[in-house]
Amino acid sequence: MTILLIMAGAFLGAIARFGVGQLMKAWSASAFPWATLFVNVSGSFGLGYLSSHTTYASLLLFLGVGFFGSLTTFSTLKLELMRFTSKDWFHFGMYLMATYLFGLIAAYIGWHL
Amino acid sequence: MLYLYVGIAGALGALARYGLGTAIGAVWTNTFPIGTLVINLIGSFLLGWMTHFLFRTGKLTPQVVTAVGTGMIGSFTTFSTFSVETIQLIDMGKADQAIGYVLLSAGLGLYSSYLGYHFGTKRLRHQRGEEMT
Repeated sequence: MTILLIMAGAFLGAIARFGVGQLMKAWSASAFPWATLFVNVSGSFGLGYLSSHTTYASLLLFLGVGFFGSLTTFSTLKLELMRFTSKDWFHFGMYLMATYLFGLIAAYIGWHL
Repeated sequence: MLYLYVGIAGALGALARYGLGTAIGAVWTNTFPIGTLVINLIGSFLLGWMTHFLFRTGKLTPQVVTAVGTGMIGSFTTFSTFSVETIQLIDMGKADQAIGYVLLSAGLGLYSSYLGYHFGTKRLRHQRGEEMT
């Protein structure tokens, strides 16, 4: 059951993350990775809220480990950051600061809400 | 159809994250969240390596590239768990661990991605060099 709950949540989370990326691509031609920033900050808020408001194991596996875990991503963030290095240090700094600062603030607000 | 592939690959990536996280948690008893850090570093290396080598060999279809890169590796790594673990460390009064965790995640994560890029690019050059001779 644990495995199924995680897989179901992650299935939806990965699709949502990919969907946000596709939408963002269709809306704007900006080279700034708004899509990843958006999923990482909103997912941090969601997981923060969930973690402090429920102890229901099935919900934590489905939504926490599965959905929010997969909605957010670390590998893509680092790949995008690396692409900014050496040619665009301004956006590198902006993206790094925005992700960590807003991500942590969002998790904090969700946790204490 | 591509959405379905991304979802399935994402489910597998998350399962691998849970499995490795549980395994590390079984042997690591300190409050420092080493499990998520290790997972994120492995994933960052893999995505860097795949993007600069595996996905450029021309052997994989664009659908497979998206499913594996965005779906599987994207879901294997996680940012939300990192954020919440950092807040939990602060709430536990372990600000030193929280700061260390953020710095290690930011620094080593970028370095892992760079290493993946480095070895991937090297491998691709090596392979293309062999094809030309």
